[in-house]
Amino acid sequence: MATAVGTVGHTHEESTVWKWLTTVDHKKIGVLYLVTGFAFFLIGGIEAVLIRTQLAVPNGTVLDAGLYNQLFTMHALTMIFLAIMPMGAAFFNYFIPLHIGARDVAFPRLNALSYWVLLSGGLILTSSFLFGEAPDGGWFAYAPLTDETFSPNKGLDFYTVGLVVAGLASLMSSLNFAVTIINMRAPGMTMMRLPVYMWMTFVVAFLLILSLPVITVALLQLYFDRNFGTHFFTPGTGGDPILWQHLFWVFGHPEVYVLILPSMGIVSEVLPVMSRKPLFGYTAIVMAGAAIGVLGFGVWSHHMYTTGLGTVPQYVFSASTMAIGVPTGVKVFNWLGTMYGGNIRMTTATYYSIGFIALFTIGGISGVMHASPPVDGQHQDSYFIVAHIHYVLFGGAIMGIFSGLFYWFPKMTGRLLDETWGKIGFWFLFVGMNLTFFPMHFLGLAGMPRRIYTYDADLGWDTWNFVATIGVYILVVGILLFMLNVFMTLRKPATAGDDPWGGATLEWATSSPPPEHNFDVVPVVRDRDPLWYNRDHNIPMPERPAHLHIHMPPPSYFPLVLGIGILLIGVGALSSLAITALGVVVAYYAVWGWALEPTE
Amino acid sequence: MFSGAVVGVLSYLLYLAFADSANTPQSTWMPMSDNTDNIHAVYQVVFYLAAAVFILILFLTLLFTLMFREREGAVAQQFHGNSKLEVLLVGVPVLIVVAMMVPSFKAIAQNTADPPKGALEVVAIGHQWWFEFQYPEFGITTANELHVPAGRAVSVTLKSNDVIHSFWVPQLVGKVDMVPGHTNHLWFTPDTARDEAYLAQCAEFCGASHANMRFRVFVDTEAKFSDWTKATAADAAKPASELAKAGEQQFTASGCIGCHTVKGNPLAQGKAGPNLTHIGSRTTIASGILPNSAEPMHKWLANPPAVKPGSKMPNLALTEEQIQKLTAYLESLK
Amino acid sequence: MAAAHAETQHHTTTGIDNRKLLMWIFLASECLFFGSLISTYLIFRGDSIVGPLPADLLDIPLTSTSTFVLLMSSLTMVLAVFGAQHNRLGLMKGMLLATIVLGLVFLGFQVYEFRHFAHLGLNLGTNQFGASFYLLTGIHGTHVGVGVLYLASLLVASARRNGLGKEAALHVDIAGLYWHFVDIVWIVIFTLIYLIP
Repeated sequence: MATAVGTVGHTHEESTVWKWLTTVDHKKIGVLYLVTGFAFFLIGGIEAVLIRTQLAVPNGTVLDAGLYNQLFTMHALTMIFLAIMPMGAAFFNYFIPLHIGARDVAFPRLNALSYWVLLSGGLILTSSFLFGEAPDGGWFAYAPLTDETFSPNKGLDFYTVGLVVAGLASLMSSLNFAVTIINMRAPGMTMMRLPVYMWMTFVVAFLLILSLPVITVALLQLYFDRNFGTHFFTPGTGGDPILWQHLFWVFGHPEVYVLILPSMGIVSEVLPVMSRKPLFGYTAIVMAGAAIGVLGFGVWSHHMYTTGLGTVPQYVFSASTMAIGVPTGVKVFNWLGTMYGGNIRMTTATYYSIGFIALFTIGGISGVMHASPPVDGQHQDSYFIVAHIHYVLFGGAIMGIFSGLFYWFPKMTGRLLDETWGKIGFWFLFVGMNLTFFPMHFLGLAGMPRRIYTYDADLGWDTWNFVATIGVYILVVGILLFMLNVFMTLRKPATAGDDPWGGATLEWATSSPPPEHNFDVVPVVRDRDPLWYNRDHNIPMPERPAHLHIHMPPPSYFPLVLGIGILLIGVGALSSLAITALGVVVAYYAVWGWALEPTE
Repeated sequence: MFSGAVVGVLSYLLYLAFADSANTPQSTWMPMSDNTDNIHAVYQVVFYLAAAVFILILFLTLLFTLMFREREGAVAQQFHGNSKLEVLLVGVPVLIVVAMMVPSFKAIAQNTADPPKGALEVVAIGHQWWFEFQYPEFGITTANELHVPAGRAVSVTLKSNDVIHSFWVPQLVGKVDMVPGHTNHLWFTPDTARDEAYLAQCAEFCGASHANMRFRVFVDTEAKFSDWTKATAADAAKPASELAKAGEQQFTASGCIGCHTVKGNPLAQGKAGPNLTHIGSRTTIASGILPNSAEPMHKWLANPPAVKPGSKMPNLALTEEQIQKLTAYLESLK
Repeated sequence: MAAAHAETQHHTTTGIDNRKLLMWIFLASECLFFGSLISTYLIFRGDSIVGPLPADLLDIPLTSTSTFVLLMSSLTMVLAVFGAQHNRLGLMKGMLLATIVLGLVFLGFQVYEFRHFAHLGLNLGTNQFGASFYLLTGIHGTHVGVGVLYLASLLVASARRNGLGKEAALHVDIAGLYWHFVDIVWIVIFTLIYLIP
């Protein structure tokens, strides 16, 4: 890449670093999210490997209790907020404008800001390991364990501040994406012609817009309990630990749909293209996705069956929770229906999508089991739940993300990842994943609680714990093979072409990678699978006009500066008011500059 | 067909593994009370239904992959859906869900109903990291080992002294949390008496030594239970041997009396730690994680936080001699 | 060329400007934010173990006055929008200033109330009323403060050579949405906390 440092008269020849720091191009921002998300995925993975190594044998001595509790807390926080969500955001960023036929998102600078704020949140949360202690109250941070009496160290403050900041980033992104999808579709792109991936993105955006405020209030209240003497969640002057649980799970449950819907969207894109036939039951899949989003707000207390809620909530929430199994089942049948009668190209992306169907189903049905409160009386807080969450999150969300990586890598880089190594990596990941997490069903059945740093030898848990640890090491090999694949592929020339898969959606109608302005001519959309429609009706690609005068928003450093301001505000909340004040000043300066900056 | 064979073999192997896990000391698939019988009735329904769905989906996934993977001369069938089939396919999950809901609702009603009259009243209080048990009817306060009579309902009132804990005896009762500021309840009727203890463990992350917060439940015959309540309600046995007497003195000198109660010893009325009046009769110490014998007791007394990270019982830097005396004393508290 | 500009700048699928749509959706998020804070207050209503209790402290006549002030500020905001839409920039600026002043007066009342309550013994940690009341009304007050800064920025920008430009009406309209929302939230708070015992 040309990296001439800024010289007079050559305004486009800035240094590469500066280009990336000031970019407002959704594609570059998408890449930033992807690299950052993947880096945190590796950190979360290391945390997991340490956990499993400690649990490989009874009475293990690899980690002490204190460190173990920090690791399992951080593993969940890292994977959920800093790995899966950002990697999901990476694809949202890169592909929303391309899918709807737009040149960028509605607010390019807000988009850049979202990334810098996410990075700030991630740094705050992860730096906790360096500054004293990482949060160790579990990712769910139940009160009153997390109050200042029982958790006197700063870890839980890193937790509240870090998550508020990261949540802010997600909120900004979601607002941006919602406006973009509503308001910037190409001519002819009605809502019911949107790619399924766009529908899932849209539902996710609204899930976050409506659920993030609730956890923000909860985190604020926890911060006040810990630092300003209030008793929202501690019995002291009449507070209630159960209130924390309600607020947390009103966010927490929609959050899990935030984690899975994007991957469901990816699978809904990959399977039709690879099967060479349209998605089976588009309307049903879209409706099911929307239903899951709406119903997702009505099930939160299934996380609280054992807290003594009373009989009626148990009936109500078990009914709504089991009901959510229905739209999910519909989707699984529709993916199978997409494969049926196809001529399926068995690429690595296909492997991951098919793997998703099988593994997510396992996670889904184990979930439906503990949707029943009596059964949950046995499952809750046992390894059965750990098995469930990892099947839906790894077997579901992560497998979907990997499918998307292999599917969209050529579009983003112009190079196809190596198929042979891709498939070998898939098998390591698939086998490793099942070897790690399926035995956890057995452990749960055998009564092993979760969140325990060690266990005794005579409880019948030894073998499967050992097997699970072996599994995680196999899984790690799969990840390393993927990274090697990426590294080697990037060194090859960019020969993938516009459309290596015979895609149906608009991103394949432009170059790989797309130019900054995405499309030379904004496409007119006549059908749900625009490219296939054009191919079947012999409609040619629009001609590239002789003179292209497309104006794209110029780069800006105000998102970076505002991001720094927000970082300082957060850091100040953990250290001194002076830093917060400085952050406010920096932020205000950035907002002024941003508002007055020309966007032409 | 290949797919069928693969799925069949896999299912059988998984079945074997599940069956093996069902036969473990803390197994959740071994109902021994009315409460867990009610749970088990639902558990079996949802488990086998889930297994059926798993087998079906896995089979279809594998089958379709093999049938429809890219092959010479094939052309993909271009259909967008099939309304009739799609409606049917909504109906199937709905039926499965209803099939799970009916027994589930029944068990909710059964297990959240009020306990029968004449139930044995127990109060269980969660502490970081041990369980306190009180029997108001008998004036008993004990810790970490619960005795209940077979065939009679036991109604447990659940409280917490500090953070959220959870009371879980997999074979006797589904878990219910112990929430500070709240009073929760559960009840169960154990089926039959047996010598072997039922294993139990705290099931809500409660801090550093959550992993070390276990307890035992003994289901006794009425006669044996009656003996136990009489013995446990009584004052502590007076130490007989010289070593034990010296231990009683050491118990005061080392400050144990500050946290522990020994009924009958007016000096030892501390409430912060477990009641030790009859510790000598318990089968385990340190909240179910060590057997109650000389060597584990030595390990514990020498350095409690080393055994149980975060333990409120500090390392008192006891000498060998002091440990011997205390052990003798505690063993004598039968 | 004009076509390329137009489609990237002004044309939207729904016809609503992107920034206005952004504000609407953001306000939906704010509904849940204040909803959670208000729910917390309502859940703890009556749960305070020690005083001072609401009945001891809440001054309905005083707070009715400040509520009236905030309501009037919504009126001046409407007039500011009207002014911007009809290119009567003097009216717009005057009404923006009036809204700012009324907002500041409201904040003044809030500061007085907080200090008065603290003087009478209500702090964050005193009881559930203290915790939930201060957090809820404090965050609302912060929103009013941010609104005042927002409007002041618009006012300062409108005093520059090009003023707020061709999109003055849009900018003032969007600010109006935010301001009215903050006012409506106050009506809900005033009703639930002060009026309904």
